[in-house]
Amino acid sequence: MSTDKPELKRKHSLAHILRENSAVQGIALISPTAIYMLIFIVLPMILVAVLSFMSRGTYGNVVYEFNFQNYVRLVDPLYFRILLYSLGVGLATMVFTIMIGYPLAYFIARSPARKRSFYLFLILLPFWTNFIIRIYAWIMILRTQGLLNTVLLDLGLIQDPLEILYTPTAVLIGMVYEFLPFMVLPLYTSLEKIENAQMEAAADLGARPWKVFLRVTLPLSVPGMIAGSILVFIPAMGMFVVPDLMGGAKTVLVGNVIRNQFLTSRDWPFGAAASMLLMILTLAFTLYYTRKAGFGEELLV
Amino acid sequence: MDEFAVEMRDVVKIFPTPEGGEVAAVNHVTLQIKHGEFFSMLGPSGCGKTTSLRMMAGFEWPTEGEIFIDGAAMGRTPPYLRPINTVFQSYALFQHMSVFQNVAFGLEMEHVPKKEIEHRVGAALEMVKLSGMSRRKPKQLSGGQQQRVALARALIKRPAVLLLDEPLGALDLKLRKEMQLELKALQKEVGITFVYVTHDQEEALTMSDRIAVMSQGKVLQIGTPVEIYERPNCRFVADFIGETNFLKGKVKKIERGLLTVELPDFSQEIKGMGHENLAVGQDVSVSIRPEKIRLEDDNNTTAVEEDKDNILRGKVLATAYVGSDTRIIVDIGHDIHMVVWEQNNISTLDPQAYYVADDKVLVHLPFENTLVLPEGVA
Ligand SMILES: Nc1ncnc2c1ncn2[C@@H]1O[C@H](COP(=O)(O)OP(=O)(O)OP(=O)(O)O)[C@@H](O)[C@H]1O
Ligand SMILES: [Mg+2]
Repeated sequence: MSTDKPELKRKHSLAHILRENSAVQGIALISPTAIYMLIFIVLPMILVAVLSFMSRGTYGNVVYEFNFQNYVRLVDPLYFRILLYSLGVGLATMVFTIMIGYPLAYFIARSPARKRSFYLFLILLPFWTNFIIRIYAWIMILRTQGLLNTVLLDLGLIQDPLEILYTPTAVLIGMVYEFLPFMVLPLYTSLEKIENAQMEAAADLGARPWKVFLRVTLPLSVPGMIAGSILVFIPAMGMFVVPDLMGGAKTVLVGNVIRNQFLTSRDWPFGAAASMLLMILTLAFTLYYTRKAGFGEELLV
Repeated sequence: MDEFAVEMRDVVKIFPTPEGGEVAAVNHVTLQIKHGEFFSMLGPSGCGKTTSLRMMAGFEWPTEGEIFIDGAAMGRTPPYLRPINTVFQSYALFQHMSVFQNVAFGLEMEHVPKKEIEHRVGAALEMVKLSGMSRRKPKQLSGGQQQRVALARALIKRPAVLLLDEPLGALDLKLRKEMQLELKALQKEVGITFVYVTHDQEEALTMSDRIAVMSQGKVLQIGTPVEIYERPNCRFVADFIGETNFLKGKVKKIERGLLTVELPDFSQEIKGMGHENLAVGQDVSVSIRPEKIRLEDDNNTTAVEEDKDNILRGKVLATAYVGSDTRIIVDIGHDIHMVVWEQNNISTLDPQAYYVADDKVLVHLPFENTLVLPEGVA
């Protein structure tokens, strides 16, 4: 038995390695996050990616045979049109949630501290009801004999009922309604963070209220606007429930296409390919958007 | 041009408190600030300094009274129309703008031509020694540099009055001392009226032409640093500015500004200088600063002969040698300790030359530096 054996053993013990090696330390420290990311994000994505290169068997089963068939099928004017249309709906949703959400967030951020949490609670209140039920509520409001038309007709503001339901307008209303809180919350956070002194300083230097807003408040709330836009745009692109229920069969978005592949046509590989395409496009869009606005890593924290 | 740059006439500001009550942050304040003056507002936390400043700037409106800038009543004139600029305590630099853009902001609001803006911003940055940093963002500057940007940003507007709310509060002691001198020199150079808020009495004494001492929303005394230090008008001012010793007493006699005060604790009388509005029989505080007291060995009787009344007997409790002077605590009985600073203007290593604990001493209070002050607030 050699004398240096215990010494050697200590050198290779886990504790020793952890103490001495900073690279190992780093890995050990981020491992909980890393494991979480691996299980919930990386693995499912690899699964979808792999699936997208397979093909559908006769009975909706997956045939494990590598090919580019699905992607070739996607290069089709029909899908391109749907994609463009979805992009339009996504962007419109984003723009409208900003237009409605900004004044709302501004109002909440500027109201007395003790009222703010109550207003935020109101913003989140709809989430306590099932999503589908909320959509049906909108259907009740918008349909031909619905609440809106009844009221407008009774008031004599219109002669014939408005045909809103099952049109793209209805889809947009539903989407904006659904995604508004995702815009209001980040906007509120960044507006609330702006010190009052910054606005006072601007006024002190000769800026009228409108100038104060344009030169100080608005630029300082851009990070919130970007965060909100991402939170709204990405899920809006993949949304299928709202177009299904409120757009009738007329409005088909990318989300519907994907959903149909998985649930109706049982063509999982093709659905996976469409998902991959959507993901890459939204990723490209968000990266471009954040870089262009001059915000990068700050947003992610 | 009016006689005064800023005038507060009987100004009151009442805030509602969250508890449902009311607080008078500023309570009947009247003061006049002359053109080109370095005027400080000094007082403990919460005495209403910031509130006064914010009313001058137009961020708050007086509940009662009126503020005049250059003779014009301000009423509810908004901040952007007042010929006044502010250096905020937190600096409030625009985080999304560069140093250049921050300083240029005020001129852009006046629609100054681009060429002139560039020229003037360059000059302003040079004045505050930040020429090389015009492209940095505020976050990339040290506290002292941010402070200078805030200063340049306000001064570039060439305001009639510059308000500064504890502008050096966030800096470390050494930098603060440097900036005090720089600010003072800058003020002389640009000739703009400065209204300077601070709770640091030494800072106020160093920099100001005149000081207003405030407490609980009221102005207690306005005067030059010498007046405030040497002739405080009440116990609070004497206590807040510098260090002092207090003795309780009752006015016994008044003769042409010289007051005789009875010290009940010592069954003795002392003479001192006092305000004309004191009355015989009134309870007073006698204040005497540590550096004005003279100590004598108890066996020396000559001093007793010449100013018999203003001598108290005591025993040295403790001494601390601090270089320029020696600080001595003297027990004069009845649980009263007096602090005395003896200047070490003769250098000797002989320990006999310094007082030590248990020395019996005579505490001599020269009457011209013994101040008789009303008990409460003047
Ligand atoms: N917006 C406000 N609402 C309610 N009370 C206020 C408000 N602003 C100030 N006060 C109260 O008014 C009083 C004076 O406040 P002010 O800020 O003027 O004090 P200060 O002298 O500047 O103190 P500090 O040295 O701590 O800055 C304080 O009691 C404060 O609580
Ligand atoms: Mg203050």
